[in-house]
Amino acid sequence: MSATHSGSLSDAHAHDEHDHHDLPWIRKYVFSEDHKYIAKQYLISGIVWAVIGGLLSVLFRLQLGFPDADLTWLKPLLGDWIQADGKLDPEFYLALVTMHGTIMVFFVLTAGLSGTFSNFLIPLQIGARDMASGFLNMLSYWFFFLSSAIMMASLFIKTGPASGGWVIYPPLSALPQAVNGSGLGMTLWLVAMAFFIASTLLGGLNYVTTIINLRTKGMTFSRLPLTIWAFFITAIIGLLSFPVLFSAALLLIFDRSFGTSFFLSEIYIGGEALHHEGGSPILFQHLFWFLGHPEVYIVLLPALGITSEIVATNSRKPIFGYKAMIFSIVAIAFLSFIVWAHHMFVTGMNPFLGSIFMFLTLIIAVPSAVKAFNYIATLWRGNIIFTPAMLFSIGLVSFFISGGLTGIVLGNSAADIQLHDTYFVVAHFHIVMGSASFFGMLAGVYHWFPKMFGRMMDDRLGYIHFWLTFIGVYLIFFPMHYIGIAGFPRRYYSWTGFDAFSTFTDLNELISIAAIVTFVAQFIFIFNFFYSMFKGRVSTMNPWNSNTLEWTTPINPGHGNWPGAIPTVYRWPYDYSKPGAAEDFIPQTIPFSQTPESNLPGETDEN
Amino acid sequence: MEEKIQLNDAHEQTFTVHPKKFLLWLFIVTIIMLFAAFTSAYLVRSTDGDWLKFDLPPMFTMSTAVILLSSVTVQVAYWAAKNNNTSRINTALIATIVLGIVFLYMQVKGWGQLVDENVYLGGQYSNPAGSFVYILSGLHGFHLITGLIYLLIVLYSSASGKVSSLNLLQIEMCTTYWHFLDLLWIYLFVFLLVNN
Repeated sequence: MSATHSGSLSDAHAHDEHDHHDLPWIRKYVFSEDHKYIAKQYLISGIVWAVIGGLLSVLFRLQLGFPDADLTWLKPLLGDWIQADGKLDPEFYLALVTMHGTIMVFFVLTAGLSGTFSNFLIPLQIGARDMASGFLNMLSYWFFFLSSAIMMASLFIKTGPASGGWVIYPPLSALPQAVNGSGLGMTLWLVAMAFFIASTLLGGLNYVTTIINLRTKGMTFSRLPLTIWAFFITAIIGLLSFPVLFSAALLLIFDRSFGTSFFLSEIYIGGEALHHEGGSPILFQHLFWFLGHPEVYIVLLPALGITSEIVATNSRKPIFGYKAMIFSIVAIAFLSFIVWAHHMFVTGMNPFLGSIFMFLTLIIAVPSAVKAFNYIATLWRGNIIFTPAMLFSIGLVSFFISGGLTGIVLGNSAADIQLHDTYFVVAHFHIVMGSASFFGMLAGVYHWFPKMFGRMMDDRLGYIHFWLTFIGVYLIFFPMHYIGIAGFPRRYYSWTGFDAFSTFTDLNELISIAAIVTFVAQFIFIFNFFYSMFKGRVSTMNPWNSNTLEWTTPINPGHGNWPGAIPTVYRWPYDYSKPGAAEDFIPQTIPFSQTPESNLPGETDEN
Repeated sequence: MEEKIQLNDAHEQTFTVHPKKFLLWLFIVTIIMLFAAFTSAYLVRSTDGDWLKFDLPPMFTMSTAVILLSSVTVQVAYWAAKNNNTSRINTALIATIVLGIVFLYMQVKGWGQLVDENVYLGGQYSNPAGSFVYILSGLHGFHLITGLIYLLIVLYSSASGKVSSLNLLQIEMCTTYWHFLDLLWIYLFVFLLVNN
């Protein structure tokens, strides 16, 4: 019945499908408009950036762990950034920290994560032929590529890349006299980020429109997989916050190049007063963190959505508290916009205002705890199947809890006076945002690899990769809490000048060794990824016995995703181990009329 | 059977707005957020003291009238499209484009008047109060240029006979965008008048 009457929109797409076969290869393999291909482009770019970002962190960990070591052997890679005495150039150290942050937050965990999985899963899981606008989607990737190229180029210029920290606070980032990286490097950073913002906005426009407009028949909002809910809310957060970052960047560009004074005031360099008067650097921080805080959730929410899906599938149980999960995502998204000033407790803000932001910040613990409890309740007494994807998802839950707890500590405006800009903060956000999101991304790759490439990744390599990474992450970031509580400041090139910190030499060495091992362990994944792409075991249609729509497509879905009509959806995606059912999963495409033995009262196809 | 098909189609249409139109509305939301950020920054900064007081250039009042008029002409073009009056569509679109260009010209003239008042974008004698006026009007002008390009595209389709009552989507979206740009300027103008 429904097969013969697909709507006008899907018909139009179905016609597209035939046209696309005749495309020249450049439209198929380079400027493709197919969401699955764009997702893979994002994924590969994300992996390349993750390796670069990780490598940069290993370089500055060498400096922190072994401050007296002779790094002359790195000269072939770093050239003049290694000084004559074999030490890392202090300004380059700052550039390393800055670029590591920028690359990881924006290029890996925003573009690499949302770009990959929103593009890949939204049409497949809601039952659409493609994104609302394939052209804008393609444009989104190529803006990202252009942005990547510019950011990459900035790594190789003589004055070095931007080095004012990934938060690029003026006046440091505004004045080339302050640090070498604030010259051409900062200009390239700002241009790259302008393209990046355009790319993210184009992507976000598409995600939201696709989810609202192109759901298949029966796919109501209350039947959407939690992945889609997470991508949906993430895209909305992005649409509301990235324009604000753009405004901050634009004003900074004017301060740097056109002599305005939005963020600069009364600065003397070498006894000479600059002409800038009347600016406020705090204003920049307000604008920056109005994006910056929501950005944390842009990074984290997709990972949480992916985890919801994987945990439910591999526990063979319905997700616990489906509606509560949605409400908590929405609550987190809403709160994310009214807590930005907790990054600015020590900027001299009114303590009363600080208390308000502290209060709002601590409220985020409530929806976050709801999510954590729901994951644990889903796992509770489930028939857990420990696939690598499942292990990484459970790892995410672990990080989400252990990193979230320190967030409650940091959210206190009084405690923050001691902890601000110490390694405690570094430990906190690397666990809760960095590692958790990274684990979500890896879990997603392991889980949806069969759908992306039609082959399975190797499980054994996956297990080795998981345990090395999981233990490695805790070995790196747990000791940082101690160093941070002791007052060790972040972004410092060297701490050997301070006796107070000499006792932490061993700990810093341990962190650095763990970081190197963890970094090297990622190559197990990269080998597994590329090897399995060509030589992996051929996948079945539904290797994880999952309920969602993407597993009803052919093993290698072509353009348009479903060769025939788009399937109709009759139920929510979490009918796992339903009492009475013959199998422990019932895909969303099975009508209630076919499962009388397991229907609950009131479950009929009319509803 | 006939009824059944209709019922199915009604189900298929999960949302009544055309996806492209929805994309445009979301795009407008991002522009609103951009200017919301700027005007909030303006307010926050203006309470800090050391804030230059000056009169907005008289040219801005006149340009506001011009852009209001261009909203009327673009609406005329849309109505003409609904009535399949191609020659009127073209005339009205050309009028809108001309008015848009006149508006941009007047904005630049307005900047000249600001300079005559000793209000500068940057440099030694600039003040954020003045710089904000340049940036807000300049960024609006940039968006207006994208609107003009859009109008040219619609004019081209209309000249090739592709705009009619059966083919309204493009001109409808363009009209929406142009009205939005008009409203955006009025918001900025009133905002600057009130807070200056």
